[in-house]
Amino acid sequence: MSDANIFITEESLAGDEDGPLAGRTVAVKDNISTEGVRTTCGSEMLAEYVPPYDATVVSRLKDAGATIVGKANMDEFGMGTTNETSAFGPTDNPTAPGHVPGGSSGGSAAAVAAGEADLALGSDTGGSIRCPAAFCGVVGLKPTYGLVSRYGLVAYGNSLEQIGPFANTVEDAAELLDVIAGPDDRDATTRDPQLEGDSYADAATGDVNGLRIGVPTELLDGADEGVVEAFWDAIADLEEQGAEYHEVSLPSVEHAVEAYYVIAMSEASSNLARFDGVRYGNSGGYDGNWNEAFARAREEGFGDEVKRRILLGTYALSAGYHDKYYKKAQDARAWVKQDFDEALSEADVLASPTMPVPPFELGESLEDPLQMYLADANTVPVNLADLPAISVPAGETDGLPVGLQLIGPAFGEEEIIRAASALE
Amino acid sequence: MSDDAVNPEEVRHVAELARVGLADDEVDQFTRQFADILEYFETLDEVPEVDREADLVNVMRPDETRDSLDSEDALRNAPETEDGYFKGPNVS
Repeated sequence: MSDANIFITEESLAGDEDGPLAGRTVAVKDNISTEGVRTTCGSEMLAEYVPPYDATVVSRLKDAGATIVGKANMDEFGMGTTNETSAFGPTDNPTAPGHVPGGSSGGSAAAVAAGEADLALGSDTGGSIRCPAAFCGVVGLKPTYGLVSRYGLVAYGNSLEQIGPFANTVEDAAELLDVIAGPDDRDATTRDPQLEGDSYADAATGDVNGLRIGVPTELLDGADEGVVEAFWDAIADLEEQGAEYHEVSLPSVEHAVEAYYVIAMSEASSNLARFDGVRYGNSGGYDGNWNEAFARAREEGFGDEVKRRILLGTYALSAGYHDKYYKKAQDARAWVKQDFDEALSEADVLASPTMPVPPFELGESLEDPLQMYLADANTVPVNLADLPAISVPAGETDGLPVGLQLIGPAFGEEEIIRAASALE
Repeated sequence: MSDDAVNPEEVRHVAELARVGLADDEVDQFTRQFADILEYFETLDEVPEVDREADLVNVMRPDETRDSLDSEDALRNAPETEDGYFKGPNVS
């Protein structure tokens, strides 16, 4: 075991003997339910919680023959960009020691980067798969909303989040996607993938001849110079292989961060209302009036970032402010969708740096939450638009990994897998 | 909170609505941070009204009985139980 604090719980769960993932090891983010193995969401609130059932994706992993090797560290309830909000301490970045692995699925990305697991599952509400993939120099894919079942995923922002794969190669990530994708009668938002080929893994051909790439200029504005340089090198590489690119404008994305945070916090304030310490979770054992008992249990069980988001979400939904914040955020979300639809009518994929900055140093950025939210500028628009996106390693700047993000049309995972595999 | 600077009473009020206890120093910290964050959220005012042509259909299924979690499993994570029930604090 490494001392990078990658796992919250290390436990070996063997899957079936046969199957497409037989002999492969998988790390599972600790907000995905595993029967009989504690699932903490990186929170003191659920430090002792042991789910009585498996998430659908976990059942599918076991049926596919994978061996689960542990529950990966994460920002508390998925709320963070650095893995530093975990109640179990931060994870170190195996690719860039002394730096954050990104968040919120930081442990999952680090497990793959450190060779502690062949593959990993994370969840992505606003970039939580793509950010750590970029920061740790591995591949991470956020599927189209509705491709992968969320049954058994502890909810944070239901209208935004998807479970998705991490791996060292695009083809391996696609193989894991093949196992977890597809309809589940326990998640009514799932549907048939409607593949063009036989599998997602088959799409990793590296063939980009004739591929039309749109580059949204807004997602390069303000990005770190070294990151932008690495980005253009990757685009030049794709051009040499027969792709062509053109610049596009997505004016709506200027409002994506604030729209995302209003919607995600609002959903969080409702979803996290269930943690009252009665049916599960930390109760603190307080007596007296139930409102006070709940408030004290939640004060004790939740960390700062979770409290901030619950409070801001409660505020955004409260009488008199709902139209000002929540309704406007939904308008912005619809606008972002329209912009992406338009851009993708003249491009097969859109490309941007996954993160506008290289990985932060550990401890660098905890004090200013707003600055942290702004780091999500390139990933959150994709969740607002329900689209699929992949982050693939694209060189480095000053020795730190840089990720390239490729965004596809809804259920166009094969397209982004094909394009991303050309960069390996 | 938004029209004027955020004040500590409002932070306490929202925390009460959300059933989250806050220490005094947390109230001060959140008051400062919320002022910045809400000021940033104000830029949503510039978003035009957008026609939301969501192409959504309801997903329905017939109601059919099937096995559910048995009560022993359901109660296993509860800090306190009594006679097969969850036990919570007093309803004021």
